[in-house]
Parts: sequence; structure tokens; C-alpha cells
Amino acid sequence: MDVEILARIQFAFTVAFHYIYPPMSIGLGIVLVIMEAMYLRTKQRMYKHITKFWVKIFALTFAVGVATGIVMEFEFGTNWATYSRYVGDVFGSPLAAEGIFAFFLESGFLAILVFGWNKVGPRTHFISTVMVALGATLSSVWIVVANSWMQTPAGYHIVGEGLKARAEITDFWAVVFNPSSMQRLTHVILGAWLTGAFVVISISAYYLKKKLHEEFAIRSMKIGLVVAFVAMGLQFISGHSSGNGVAKNQPEKLAAFEGHFQENAPADLYLFGWVDSENQKTKGIAVPKMLSFLVHGSTDAPIKGLKSFPKEDLPPVQSSFQFYHLMLVCAFLMTLICIAAGWLWFRGKLWTNKTMLNILTLSVILPHIANQAGWFAAEVGRQPWIVYKMLRTSEALSKSVTANQVLSSLIMFGLVYLLLFVLFLFLLNEKVKAGPFAKADTSEEYRDTGEDVAPWVNKITRERVETTNGQ
Amino acid sequence: MDLNIIWFVLVGVLLTGYAILDGFDLGVGALHLFAKGDKERRILLNSIGPVWDGNEVWLVTGGGALFAAFPHVYASVFSAFYDAFMLLLLVLIFRAISIEFRSKYPSPKWRKNWDIAFSVSSYLIALLAGVALGNIVVGVPLDKNHELHTSVLDLITPYTVLVGITTVALFMMHGAIYLLMKTEGEIQARIRVWVQNSMIFFIMCYVSLSMITLLYVPHMAEKLRQQPLFFLVALINMLAVANIPREITKNRPTNAFISSSVNILCLMGLFAIGLFPNIVPATDPANSLTIYNAASSTKTLNIMLIFALLGVPVVLAYTISIYWIYRGKVKLDEMSY
Repeated sequence: MDVEILARIQFAFTVAFHYIYPPMSIGLGIVLVIMEAMYLRTKQRMYKHITKFWVKIFALTFAVGVATGIVMEFEFGTNWATYSRYVGDVFGSPLAAEGIFAFFLESGFLAILVFGWNKVGPRTHFISTVMVALGATLSSVWIVVANSWMQTPAGYHIVGEGLKARAEITDFWAVVFNPSSMQRLTHVILGAWLTGAFVVISISAYYLKKKLHEEFAIRSMKIGLVVAFVAMGLQFISGHSSGNGVAKNQPEKLAAFEGHFQENAPADLYLFGWVDSENQKTKGIAVPKMLSFLVHGSTDAPIKGLKSFPKEDLPPVQSSFQFYHLMLVCAFLMTLICIAAGWLWFRGKLWTNKTMLNILTLSVILPHIANQAGWFAAEVGRQPWIVYKMLRTSEALSKSVTANQVLSSLIMFGLVYLLLFVLFLFLLNEKVKAGPFAKADTSEEYRDTGEDVAPWVNKITRERVETTNGQ
Repeated sequence: MDLNIIWFVLVGVLLTGYAILDGFDLGVGALHLFAKGDKERRILLNSIGPVWDGNEVWLVTGGGALFAAFPHVYASVFSAFYDAFMLLLLVLIFRAISIEFRSKYPSPKWRKNWDIAFSVSSYLIALLAGVALGNIVVGVPLDKNHELHTSVLDLITPYTVLVGITTVALFMMHGAIYLLMKTEGEIQARIRVWVQNSMIFFIMCYVSLSMITLLYVPHMAEKLRQQPLFFLVALINMLAVANIPREITKNRPTNAFISSSVNILCLMGLFAIGLFPNIVPATDPANSLTIYNAASSTKTLNIMLIFALLGVPVVLAYTISIYWIYRGKVKLDEMSY
């Protein structure tokens, strides 16, 4: 295998693995802010226990996110040196801004969020939680701005020729607010909220299924569900506007997403299908002309098909199509789950419905698949460009790095990340098994609150849960 | 002063911040296996627990700033030292994970393995950082497109290894002094011995590295001869080093820690003065990466300067507050590692 494909696999693998964690941190960050705000408002101890437990889950995901994140920052230089030289003038600033405005905030206040419960007052602690959540969100802002610039470059000009050519910034705000950045940022952040919400929903559902820590689980799940409802609803609007953005800014990508070949014909919206590139046809179940309607508001509006573009500028159609549709399937399933859970909650039956609790326990996989598939669709759909219409991926590599070097490091990352993933799942499982009232947390503070905590922990009964629901 | 010089200094400030702050927690990592028993090791870990992650951000931000301000340096160095950087990433991952994972499962075997991973990775990070600096000091054989292919073995020469070992010694001393500030009682008495030993270790390295640098890499000292003001940096450096044993004897660990930080600051300063205006000197001086031929456009440097002026004071304000909140001796509680 040549350096190009190996370097691409390495980047895809390391960033995909990394991206298991940040959406959980960003999403849980928001959830933690809500939980701790409820604690400050209601002064109920239970919310403090809720916050503390989810902080532990947050800290675990954050640790792996940090460890795998450093790799990303170095990899542009190690594997994509020509890219770094070519666009560093534009692309470097968002990365530096991420460090100054996001990482310091996140990691600094994390110290108080995790270790500071007895060191600072409740308000200062709450502010720290807000700062950590803000830092996590800001880091996604700068990264998505940087990536969106690769999708829809703006605010630059090319200086020099041949080997010396490079992009230089002309308008910083045009770089930040490039045509796709705000749509894509909204889409990414809502995806992260869904991920965080479903982590909470899933673990809470597991407790309810096992009849453990029920009051804790119900209250946590309510917060998780509300965040999921809001994020899911907004995600439809955001997804629609992102789609329209792709239609306008990257028509090849849209055509690949929908497997639309005809040059200037109305396009169908596939539910699922298979692209037959040889015969330039897509087979599957589709809503006729629906894509035209979604993009242009008219079923007869033509959409540029894959045949209208030079072959060497087309992304791999099959994988773009499948990743994109996989994301949609997950969105569809998450919507169904949200509606069903909302309905059962409204009827007061959610907390005891075994089938639904089983589904909810497993549901955490959906936002993760959607995140991954969505990013793969976005990045594969940008090919063969590393920066759309500016620099080809094949021209962006490090000239001095050999295939063997990339292969060795790829194997190294493969083994290390496998180990990390196994350990992460093991520890997550341990944390969940230990539960929110684990021994480490039951020291002095726990004892002196015996009165209002004990009933939740020990004496809670089914009847009590049901009366709560009946209200 | 032009923007390129400002950015040379600012990237230097970020990397110096990294060396001073992460330096002590790397040092604590290097000393970790000398601590006996779970409780002592937990005290060590918790002395750095709330701050190590923020300390590492100085490196991440330094990397980002290097990318933005001097993209050619970022591209050339990271791709030329590919294998070394991959090794560095490996140990950075293991270190982060070992700190965070160790306490999360109460098995002695689990903890022992993470203790080893934490300590070994801390040594290797310090060693690799030192070897990298050593290579930059002697110069690297970049071609006319600033490209270079190396393997890890190419980077290892007696001189670069000596810089690496000196870095390890420096961080061990720095970390030991930090621990002296953060502990009390029986463990502090034992740490006092570590401070003594690591001071001797560092001073031996420091003296031999200084002499060998003057003999074999004389260009590093050239500017000190030209500009007496720079010689002051070398002088303060020596005074700071000499002051460390004095403060330790007088039982003033905080002052010793400040001296040790000034020592790191001066060493980084001397390194920067020696390099300037190069960032990566090449074997053939025509191919060197300088603060001019490797830099981004003035526009980008300006934008980034605004970032720095807006961001850095805020970062310093809350970083200092957080250190203030965690001042005093380490006490283990239910939130601890």
C-alpha cells in the first residue's frame, strides 16, 4: 500500500476513535450544567449525588478524549506536512485559538469540577462546571471552523507558485464564518448533545431495568430525555439546512450522498439503496423527486448529477452514499425512540416498561454511529480534495515520510487504541456497577446528610416510584 | 520589534510555560516508583492531580501556535522526526491514561502496572524532549525544501543524549522540590533525600552539559559574547541553580521551587538566544528555518497576536486562581485519585 492510502487510513482511524469521546464530553457537559443548576435551585441533595456521579463518567470520557486528542494536533505535521505548509497560514490559527480559548478553560476548571467539591463553595463549583462545558463546546467551535474551511474555503488568496505556493489569510472573519461553518457547527453540537443525553438515558435505563437506584435513575433520565427531545427536534432543522448547504456549496458531494447520476434532472430521496457505479444507477427504495423538493422547494427542480462533473473530481460514491444513509437511519431510529419514550413518560409507564428500558439501554450506540457515519460522509464526500477545489489529498502528504513508517505507526495506534477502548469499557462498566452511591463517595459528607438521602438509597419501593409517576 | 520576533518569543513563552509547569509533574512521575506503598503513591499523584492536565495544555497550545505562526517549522520538524514524534505520542497517551485510570480500580496488580506506565512514560517524555532540543541545538541536515527523513536512531548522538538526561535530571529535581512543598511528615522526610540526590544529579549534568556545549557547539554561546546583556541570563541561571541548595538547607521549599523555575526559564532563554534568528538551524545554513522564511503572513501573525493578548491574561488569571485553590499540603479525600 502506498503512503497516501496508509496516511488516510491512519488519520481516519485516529480521528474516528478520538471522536467517540468529545461528543460525550460536550453533551455530558451540558447535562451536568442542568443537573447542578437543579441542585442549586432546589437544594435537594439528590441532585448533588446525580451531578457527582455523572461527573465521574464525564471525567472518564474526558481522560480518553484528551489522550487521543493530542495525536490529532501532531498528525497534520507528521503525516500531512505539505498540507501544513500550504494552508498553515489560515488553518493554524483556529488550532491555536482552540488551545488558548478552549483547552485551558476546559482543563483548568476540570480540576475544580472533579476535585473541588470540598474546596470551593457551591456557586464557584457551578461556575466551574459551566466553564468546563463552555470549554468543551468552544473546542468544537474552532475545530469545526477549521474543518469547514477545508470544505468551503473562504477569506484567503493563493500566494507564490509551484512548490512555494500557499494560501494566505485575507479576511479572518470570512474564514471563521465560511459558507458552511455555522450550519455544520450547529449540526455537530446538536449531535454531541444527543450523545451526552443518550449516555445518561442508557445508564439510567439500565438501573431502572435492574431496579437499582431508582429515584436517581428516574431523575437523571428525565433530564437526559428532555435534552434528547430538544436536540432531536433542532437536529431536523439543522440537518435540513446542512443538506441545503451541501447542495449549494458542494454539489458533487450531494449527488454522491443521494447516488444521483442524471445530469440535470429532478432527484429522488433514497431511504436506502445500493450504488451501481458501472451502470451509473442507484437501486433502492426512494421517494421520487423528494430531494429536489427538499433543496429547491419544487419537485421539478433539476439537481446536478454525478455525470455533470469531471470524473477526477468525484468522491467515492458508494461509501459517501452508505455513510450518509447510515446517519439518516440512526436519526430516524433515535426519533422513534424519543417519541416512544416521551409517550410512555407522559402515560407514566416508562420507568417500569421492560421492553422500552432494554431499548433505551442499547440506544446509546445510535448517536455514536450517527456521529461517525456523518463525519465519514462529510470527509469521504469531500474527496479527492483535502481542501475543496484547492488542494488534492494526494498532494498534501509529508514528502519525507515512507509507507513503512506510516504502517508501523498505524499498527501502533491500532493496538494502543484497542487496549484503550477495552479499558475504557471495563472502567465504565465498573463505575456503572458501583453506582452513584459507591463507597468512595459515602465518607463524611454522605453520613451527615443521612436524613434526606437515606430514603432514596435504601427504602425506596416500587409503590413509591409508581406514586411519583402518577402525579 | 517586528511580529516575527514577537512570535518567536511567544512560542518560546508557551514552551517555557510547559517546561516549568509540566516539568514538575513529569518529575513527580519520574520519582513515582521511589514512593513506597499505595498511600504514598496516591499522595504523589494527588499533588499533581488537579493541575497536570492544564499543564500539558501549554504543550498543545505551543504546538498550535507553532503551526499557526511558523507552519514550515511545524511541517518540517514533525515530519522529519516522524518516528520520534510517534513514540512521543505513544508515551503521552500512556501517561495521561495511567494517571486517570490507576485509581479507578482497586486491584494492587492493576495499580502497579499503571504506576510503571506512569513513571516510564514520564521519563521518556522528558528524555525525548531533551533529545529533540539537543538535535535542534546541533542543527539538522534539512534539504533545500526543508525536508528531511530520519529514524529514531539518527537522532541519538552522545550530545543529544546528554541533553536528554539533563532534562530528566532537571525535571526530577523540579518535581522533587514541588513535592517537598506539597507534603508533610514522614513522606516529606523521604522526599528531602530525593531532593538532595536529584540536585546532585542535575548539577553534575548541568556543569558537564555547559562545558561540552561551549567546546563542541560554540555557536550557541556566540551571542552571549556579542551582547553582554545576554550574558546576564547565563549569570542569573547560575545564581538560580546555586540558590536551590541554599533554600533547601534553610527549609524554604517555596523559594527553592521559584529558583528552580527561574533556572528553567533561563535555560530556555539561553536556548532561544543561541538559536535566534533560526528556529531550526540546518547543517547547511542556507537551508535553515528562520523566524522569517518559516513564518506565516503578517496578517496571520497580527490576528494571532490579538488572540494572545485577549486570551493569555485570562488564562493566567484563572490558572493562578486554580493553583491558589489547591495551595497547601496534599490531603487525600473521597474525590482523590
